[in-house]
Amino acid sequence: MDKKIYERPVIIKQQMGFMNKFGSAPANQPLTHIDNVSVVEMAEKYGSPLFVFSEKKIRQNYRNLNRIFKTRYPKVQFAWSYKTNYLNAVCSLFHQEGAWAEVVSEFEYERARKLGVKGENIIFNGPDKTIEGIKKAIEEKAKIHIDHFDELYDIINITEKYNLKADVGIRVNMDTGIYPKWDRFGFNYENGEAVQALKRIISNERLNLVGLHTHIGTYIMSTEPYKIAAQKLVVLANMLIDQYDIKLDYIDLGGGLPSHNTLKGQYLEAEQLLPTLEQYADAITSPLYDLNLSPSEFPTLFLENGRVLIDDAGFLVSKVLANKRLSDGRRSTVIDAGVNLLFTSFWFKHKVRPAQVSSTYTESATLYGPLCMNIDIIRDDVVLPTLKKGEYLVIMYVGAYSVTQWMQFITLRPNIVMITEEGKIEQLRKSENLDYIMEQEILPEKLKEFSI
Amino acid sequence: MSNYKVFDNLAVSESGFLFSPSTGESFTLNPIANQILHLLKQGETINQIKEKILSEYDIDESSLEKDLDDFINQLINYKIVEEK
Amino acid sequence: MNIAITGLNNVDSPGPGVPVIRGIRESKEFTGKIIGLIYDSLEPGAYMKDVSDINYLIPYPSAGLDNLLERLKFINDKEKIDVIIPTLDSELYGFAKLSSKLEEMGIKTFLPTFDQLNFRAKDKLFDFAVKHNFKVPKNLLATSISDLYKLSDEITFPTVIKGIFYDAYIAHNFEEAVGAFHKISSKWGLPIIIQEFVKGQEYNVAALGDGNGDTVGAVAMKKLYITDKGKAWAGITINDPILIKLSDDIIKALNWKSGCELEFVKDEKSNEYYLLEINPRFPAWVYLAVAAGQNLPAALLNLAISKDQQKFTSYEIGKIFIRYSWDLITDIRKLEEITVKGELING
Repeated sequence: MDKKIYERPVIIKQQMGFMNKFGSAPANQPLTHIDNVSVVEMAEKYGSPLFVFSEKKIRQNYRNLNRIFKTRYPKVQFAWSYKTNYLNAVCSLFHQEGAWAEVVSEFEYERARKLGVKGENIIFNGPDKTIEGIKKAIEEKAKIHIDHFDELYDIINITEKYNLKADVGIRVNMDTGIYPKWDRFGFNYENGEAVQALKRIISNERLNLVGLHTHIGTYIMSTEPYKIAAQKLVVLANMLIDQYDIKLDYIDLGGGLPSHNTLKGQYLEAEQLLPTLEQYADAITSPLYDLNLSPSEFPTLFLENGRVLIDDAGFLVSKVLANKRLSDGRRSTVIDAGVNLLFTSFWFKHKVRPAQVSSTYTESATLYGPLCMNIDIIRDDVVLPTLKKGEYLVIMYVGAYSVTQWMQFITLRPNIVMITEEGKIEQLRKSENLDYIMEQEILPEKLKEFSI
Repeated sequence: MSNYKVFDNLAVSESGFLFSPSTGESFTLNPIANQILHLLKQGETINQIKEKILSEYDIDESSLEKDLDDFINQLINYKIVEEK
Repeated sequence: MNIAITGLNNVDSPGPGVPVIRGIRESKEFTGKIIGLIYDSLEPGAYMKDVSDINYLIPYPSAGLDNLLERLKFINDKEKIDVIIPTLDSELYGFAKLSSKLEEMGIKTFLPTFDQLNFRAKDKLFDFAVKHNFKVPKNLLATSISDLYKLSDEITFPTVIKGIFYDAYIAHNFEEAVGAFHKISSKWGLPIIIQEFVKGQEYNVAALGDGNGDTVGAVAMKKLYITDKGKAWAGITINDPILIKLSDDIIKALNWKSGCELEFVKDEKSNEYYLLEINPRFPAWVYLAVAAGQNLPAALLNLAISKDQQKFTSYEIGKIFIRYSWDLITDIRKLEEITVKGELING
């Protein structure tokens, strides 16, 4: 006779005015499979914790956003934001879909070049560009977005010294009504600095002004700031047309679109609160039609989205190490993935789902990572079914920033795999071992020996 | 292993709803918790209950022991059972 | 016709569900069933006589939209819902986002659009009012406690500290402001709004916008008696054409679609109305409007099912509502029914 499926005995005290079981039960639907591949089988084969990316989801996201913008504006070019996730496989996937590379350091620039991206398809942003880096970018015809006057003069000096011509744009910062104002990058619009920088570029024969760039912030929750940003860039572009007869190749509205991760301190789920991608696209594209140009002369719209394209294509599988009750009777669950792997859990309430069908009874719990550090909390308060030691759960929407911001701390960084469209599992990065970590270290001769 | 006694006046329904007349608290139980509480009410010992659950459900002994411990501790905390 | 309504939490800071139902039930045109959608097993409306016919527990908005939709599908399969009227601020974004999916299921709504909800949101209201030349108290936003400290020089006391969805405290000094910040942010999240305190009498308007700029009806009320939370416990309909005209103008500026409550304070010194808040749903005192001759809930229902609805042009002045509390007696069996099954037949 088959035995009945066991679940832990659970008793829940009815607290009126708090969560009831109908209020929370569906929130923990298990996620047993990602793209039809069993989560538990993957974790058992590749170890836990484990980052999993879905090729299908990434391509879907890209094609969807591309369609949304291309149906609203004739010329659109995405540039994959390397800092969001610069795994070779992920970058290559976006390049296959047609995206350029958007980099903010020489390290990222070199990664893109090594992967086979041509210099002319790289947008070079950021406040930290060395003389050598700038020289190389100029020679390879990358689009350099100038961040400050010191950099502008560096570029002028380099072009004179080596007899080069550079394709440049400037980054413009502005008041778009959002808080906090991002005024640390680029030239300010309101105080006239941006116009001053543009004039300086125009007056130099070695500099070829090709575009305007702005990036108004991150995780922007309303469409209005994008509209204001696009309007302000259009004012600058029209000024260039009217006064200097300069027709730009492109206008770059940067990134900043939010994913479905909910911020801490947010009462409503992000998916309820956020405008649709179509609404963002309307806000960004509609002001561009005010350019004093015939449609055939319209500049290309560049977009540097990262988070919105990859966040929901990344999953972090983690194993339950222990369950314990805290001093006040609240439940806590310790898992093997901590803030060392999931920096974003400091500001997001990442959705967590069990990886196996388990109890329908749920309980609110604190989810701790494995680090022996008080700050290692993945979720302060999450409603989950009771999970047994050794069972798995899946932390959702972790595709953005986690595998670039993660750190080697206390433990080693784990395997990363991708489920391909064909349903195969490809390993993207091997888990670290002791040798890999020690390799870069040098132990001075006199410290090699000790006796305790 | 100690054995436990359910406070007499507890009303537990088939649906897993439990009302404690003395404290005024109400609780919900999942089916297996409800079954265990009913067995406790009938005066069965922890060992008897353990055997019954092991024979009926797909679970190993040590996992069950841990779960039972945690469950009984909660019942004691909620003043639903007391040690005999 | 089967109408599902939320906000049956008729407690000391009540949801508007019960008075909305009362209005609809009193409409001569209405026949059918009222389905209460409740978030908590003890929402009084689910137990009150002649309010809902049957009640279902639904998941909190914060449990995610898919969950809410699943639950509504389940309820719809059993009850064949024609119209859903959500009445609580915090659920409106979710329902607005679900409205096309509900429409596919054959369920009609009459909700503000996403943009309308955003423009009137408490952190955006200031900009909206300034843009359209409506008088409004000055506003500062704090997205963290350190923001509040940074703003300390700009705040003059007393000041009003408000949550993005609910809750407001008057702070007389900085320490009280910090206390209110923590109290509100732990419950309703961020940002926190720090609003200039305009001294004067408060006036409220319950209104219904048709979504094309027109006001179907609007009734003005002055609070006669308030609770320690500032909620009206008694109020009287008043006649001030300036106030009604102002309300019409605001509804026109927003193209407001759905019921709403406009809150004003009449500045003691200048005698001018300052717009304090636009709540995106009927107020809990909306039955006063019904009693004064404007059945706004029934009118909203008509608009939802695209039936002709005449504009109201007047209402009775001097009608008073006095809220009272009443201890309803029920049995543990009822609580068990709703807790375990998630549904409860009323009566």
